Amino acid sequence: MTTDLTRQAAHEMALALRDGSVSARDLAVAHLEAAERQNRALNAWLTIDRPAALAQADATDARLAAARRDGPAAIAALHPLHGIPVALKDLISVEGGQCTAGSRILEGYRSPYDAHIVERLRAAGAVFLGKTNMDEFAMGSSNEYSAYGPVSNPWDLNTVPGGSSGGSAAVVAAHHTPLSLGTDTGGSIRQPAALCGIVGMKPTYGRVSRYGIVAFASSLDQLGPFARNARDAAALLHAIAGRDERDSTSAPIPVPDELLQLPASDDEAAAWLRGKRFGLPREYFVAGMDPDVERRIRESVAFIEDAGATVEEVSLPHTDYGLAAYYIVAPAEASANLARYDGVRFGQSRRLEAADFIADYLATRGEGFGAEVKRRIMLGTYALSAGYYDAFYVKAQKVRTLIKRDFDRVFATGIDALVAPTSPTVAFRFGARLADPVSMYLSDACTLPVNMAGLPGVSIPCGLSEGLPVGLQLIGPAWSEPVLFRAARAFEGVTAAATWRDQEPTDLGLADDASGPTPAQRAAARAAR
Amino acid sequence: MNPNSTSSSASTALDRYEAVIGIEVHCQLKTASKMFCGCSTAYDGAEPNTHTCPVCLGLPGALPTINRRAVELVLATGAAINARTPAATRWDRKNYFYPDLPKGYQISQYDLPLAAGGSLNLDTSEGPFTVGITRAHLEEDTAKLVHAPGSNGERLSLVDFNRSGAPLMEIVTEPDIRTAEQARRYAEELQLLLRAIGASDADMERGQMRVEANVSLRRGGTEPFGTRVEVKNMNSFRSVERAITFEIERQATLIDAGDELVMETRGWSDDRGETYRMRAKETSDDYRYFPEPDLPPLRVDPAWLQEIRAALPELPALRRARYRDELGLSPYDAAVLVADPDASRLFEATLAAGAGLDPKSVANWVTGDYLRIRNAAPSEAAPHADPLQVGTLVRLVVDGAISRVNAKEVLEAHVVSGQAVASIVAERGFRQISDVDALGAIVDAVIAANPSAAADIRGGKGQAIGFLVGQVMKETRGQANAVVVQAAIRARLGDGGAA
Repeated sequence: MTTDLTRQAAHEMALALRDGSVSARDLAVAHLEAAERQNRALNAWLTIDRPAALAQADATDARLAAARRDGPAAIAALHPLHGIPVALKDLISVEGGQCTAGSRILEGYRSPYDAHIVERLRAAGAVFLGKTNMDEFAMGSSNEYSAYGPVSNPWDLNTVPGGSSGGSAAVVAAHHTPLSLGTDTGGSIRQPAALCGIVGMKPTYGRVSRYGIVAFASSLDQLGPFARNARDAAALLHAIAGRDERDSTSAPIPVPDELLQLPASDDEAAAWLRGKRFGLPREYFVAGMDPDVERRIRESVAFIEDAGATVEEVSLPHTDYGLAAYYIVAPAEASANLARYDGVRFGQSRRLEAADFIADYLATRGEGFGAEVKRRIMLGTYALSAGYYDAFYVKAQKVRTLIKRDFDRVFATGIDALVAPTSPTVAFRFGARLADPVSMYLSDACTLPVNMAGLPGVSIPCGLSEGLPVGLQLIGPAWSEPVLFRAARAFEGVTAAATWRDQEPTDLGLADDASGPTPAQRAAARAAR
Repeated sequence: MNPNSTSSSASTALDRYEAVIGIEVHCQLKTASKMFCGCSTAYDGAEPNTHTCPVCLGLPGALPTINRRAVELVLATGAAINARTPAATRWDRKNYFYPDLPKGYQISQYDLPLAAGGSLNLDTSEGPFTVGITRAHLEEDTAKLVHAPGSNGERLSLVDFNRSGAPLMEIVTEPDIRTAEQARRYAEELQLLLRAIGASDADMERGQMRVEANVSLRRGGTEPFGTRVEVKNMNSFRSVERAITFEIERQATLIDAGDELVMETRGWSDDRGETYRMRAKETSDDYRYFPEPDLPPLRVDPAWLQEIRAALPELPALRRARYRDELGLSPYDAAVLVADPDASRLFEATLAAGAGLDPKSVANWVTGDYLRIRNAAPSEAAPHADPLQVGTLVRLVVDGAISRVNAKEVLEAHVVSGQAVASIVAERGFRQISDVDALGAIVDAVIAANPSAAADIRGGKGQAIGFLVGQVMKETRGQANAVVVQAAIRARLGDGGAA
């Protein structure tokens, strides 16, 4: 066991907590210190709540002590996340806490209630360290659309961590926490996981309750875990998944305990691959894809084949229409979901003297929303307008059905999972895609069809390209998360000896510099060039 | 029912034009909790913003869940008006900004309502009439805006979210209605129906039933519809009739003068007796409806629909027909009884409790004296009649054991105090003396004590009989059977010019 508690996996921390060699407070303190020390350089946290985290840690230590007195059965009954630090994307409601969704318009708003997953994590005994930075209302692929400044990627502080869950990905990569939660509407978990070199999963739509999560696009949004390894991510999914009566779209599908039983041994994990069938969707090797990223993906395929699985090329013919359809459906839903931010009941509000309420709305929303959010509200409003609805929204929904059918057809042939790139490129530099929104949207070309089809997808690290992480995406049929995690764990097994596995994010040392530039300063310097 | 005819000027207008009227009714459904959250709907009289939660306040992250009972009530309404229910229906978002709409959209139903294509039959002063009903759908109510001056005299608009998210059913008719009376009768009949199936209390004064009318005129029955005006703020059945009558006249006058009508929304002022412009409708509003992604499509199980249909009570129109055709009541009595569920219940229960009672006698007592007494009694007295007691009373009257006048007093005492009829009759000595021998003795004594009156009668002055009957009544403290007494006097003094 390493002496630095922040270098452990969550499942190692869980063992140490149980044998009494470490306390939840020790874990919280070690991670809080790292977070506080490096947040100037990374800006990945919007809040670090030391007092609340320590109080929660002490409470879990007390329960642990009581369980230890009660005997092994009581200890075994504790959830694997008991006492483990977790970071929450700042669109997850925590009673009494801020919930900005990365937006100016929610500055000062404090949620009066816990999201469903927060209740679940409290029950499991997880310790919340704070809330993480994100693109405003989860709209973005670089975290540059946060109203609270950009986030640096721990691998290269001049690059973005991806988005929209950039903060949640960066804090796990930087070892500020072993676990975090994000949301994924078109790739917002998987893409930053890929760019930060960690594991990130978007579960099947309906697997996790959205109650208490600030909505971007209701039919696409799904919560999911970030971790540095498959076992930890699976355990976190296990803690938050399951039917919630308050979310009518959450499915009454049992949560498989298999998520807690991924093999510890690399060899055992790798052996699972024997005889499995994978599909490699031809259309996911898109134009504009970084050739070196493609090389890493092809090498990964070779690893999988070497372990006894077959990988066959498959076709998902409607993939090319995914982006266009997504940018109708998601903004359409967003245009309605964001209508509630009117300054009447909460958050930022502008009151104009002697003006009617429409003028107040215009001022509140005009000042409270950033440019990208406004762009999407306008896109969505336009797409839903009389005379355009059939041509845009209805047609996009039809395309969505075709995309879903593509996946159904491939999985019907007995394919266990698809292997694909997560992102066409590695982490890009600040400002690189700000001038051209479509270039930013293309970051999610390989991930958003999965949201359109409501399927689970996981991004796992599969090597480095010029020193920056590359993500491999595994996509499965609905409710196949246990299979995807088994495959992810197997991939960890077959690549256990790879040198990139042990490599820490390159710029983590730099992030310790308390006088170095902030991400905003780095971004500004880049823009000035 | 009250055949309150339309005013003469509108009748004149209707000689020249045909009015085309469609009615939209919003009614609050009678559920314990709100449409999409668990908040109680018992917020009448509560402090503002005490019946709220993240869902009905539209807080970030809150999600709706469907109130099954509300769906059931709309399905029941649909069944009662013979509407179709699609196998799969869904929710849609209706988008617009207003401070009383916390989410910036209302969850409603757009192209797949829970009920479509029904009808309602009514009786009017001009005969029976059928109104086609386009649709009935479910949606959520808005919050309430209260405009009040602030502490510094500034204009303030306050929002009370207690009503926000309460279940609302919207019922839209075809443009079938041609007169103001038909419109009022439609609203009245709909209220009866909603109350009968327990869907809504549908009290117009309390905003539980809000009626809006679309009114236009055209010259002939085959011409295209004229410019449509929407009339709101009609808070009683009477104002529905008055407002539409006024609007028909107003539009006719404008058309006569060659003026152009504008599409607009007009409010009804009960005090001024006129409609006034609220806002012009130059373009139709674009609500950007789209399917609500937070709620799955709603599939109505045919077995459930069957259960709902089977559980429907007897509907007002059928009940009226039964009262008339099977029980022999007059159309008026049938209508009065059916219009008043309490009276109708009492009527039925009295018939059920007292075998062999004549329905018409019971109906007379219920629609006449009972309703008069109940309506006059203070509501805190909780006026109430026991069917068994009413049956007893009717029988006493029919048997001649108690006079009609005394019977009214007994009924009043029973309704107010709940005391049993027999004990009131005994206590007040109301039991009628019809025994010829017993009364004969008293009559003899009265004749002896009043010789001049007796002489008058013998002399043919019949009106003096009344005086002698009164004396007998006095002697018997009103218990004498007047018919028997009269007969006895005549037997003794001659017919005396009886009329």
